[in-house]
Amino acid sequence: MAADRAILRDALGIAIASGAYAISFGAISTAAGLSLLQTCTLSVVMFTGASQFALVGVLGAGGSVWAGAATAALLGSRNALYGVRLSSLLKVGGRRRLAAAHFVIDETTAMAIARDDPTLSRYAFWATGLALFVLWNLGTLAGALATHAVSNPKVLGLDAAPPAAFLALLAPRLRAREPLAIAIAAAVVAIAVLPFVPAGVPLLVVALLVTLFGVFRR
Amino acid sequence: MIWAGVLVASVACYGLKLAGLSLPQRWLQDPRIQRTVPLIPIVLLASLVATQTFSTGQHLVLDVRAGALAVAVVAVVLRAPFLVVVAAAAATAALLRLL
Repeated sequence: MAADRAILRDALGIAIASGAYAISFGAISTAAGLSLLQTCTLSVVMFTGASQFALVGVLGAGGSVWAGAATAALLGSRNALYGVRLSSLLKVGGRRRLAAAHFVIDETTAMAIARDDPTLSRYAFWATGLALFVLWNLGTLAGALATHAVSNPKVLGLDAAPPAAFLALLAPRLRAREPLAIAIAAAVVAIAVLPFVPAGVPLLVVALLVTLFGVFRR
Repeated sequence: MIWAGVLVASVACYGLKLAGLSLPQRWLQDPRIQRTVPLIPIVLLASLVATQTFSTGQHLVLDVRAGALAVAVVAVVLRAPFLVVVAAAAATAALLRLL
């Protein structure tokens, strides 16, 4: 069917782009001091890009592993909302739900909710999830192996790569004025509290503040 | 210790995905949750950009990473692909260090 083929083509396109982005994850994670096995474990088991970058970014910047883990989990909270939108489309139970949950990420959600027909939604979800999972992990492995071959990643400027990665993840979320204002306010608060708390903790401070803002504003 | 963080955070991220598919829909459709959760990635990513560019440990510093971020901003505004944004920033930092 033509619709199936179009979905498959889009899914592969997204997976290839993500594979390239996973190369930078593998490189940044290795430069941050994670082993090859730790880096690949994150891509296999965590399998949600922004959280993975956050964990290795905080570790690479000298933050505690628990500040990094908390930031990764907080960034993963949006996937719970994606799950809410997907559950009525996917209608999965039992073991299939356990497998489907692993693929609940930005790209699969965007692909699934863009279809009018539930059958095509499900096809888009699984095709995107499987293709992305394979290329995401291959990209991670390639980036990690390449960086292992370099004796000093700082020579390649890899220590300056994480902020650019976070910026590239942030940019698509800033297409309106309010998110942009909130992002700037968060950056200012994080810098202001930074000298007074351990590394990584400014992130938890802004997460707490925005939660209070979201819950109590009218 | 790194392993513990890797595993705990991975399980937590999976748990959040599974919770979204499994919990009663009306819990997570609470308007406070619906408007707060999408803001969390915005503030965390913005804070990560700021703190990882302008600090080392608990000290504020201005070094080649600021130049790298400026190049990344230009690349993002031009809608460059992810890998190009990251590679441009890394290359800028490497070149500035050679000067």
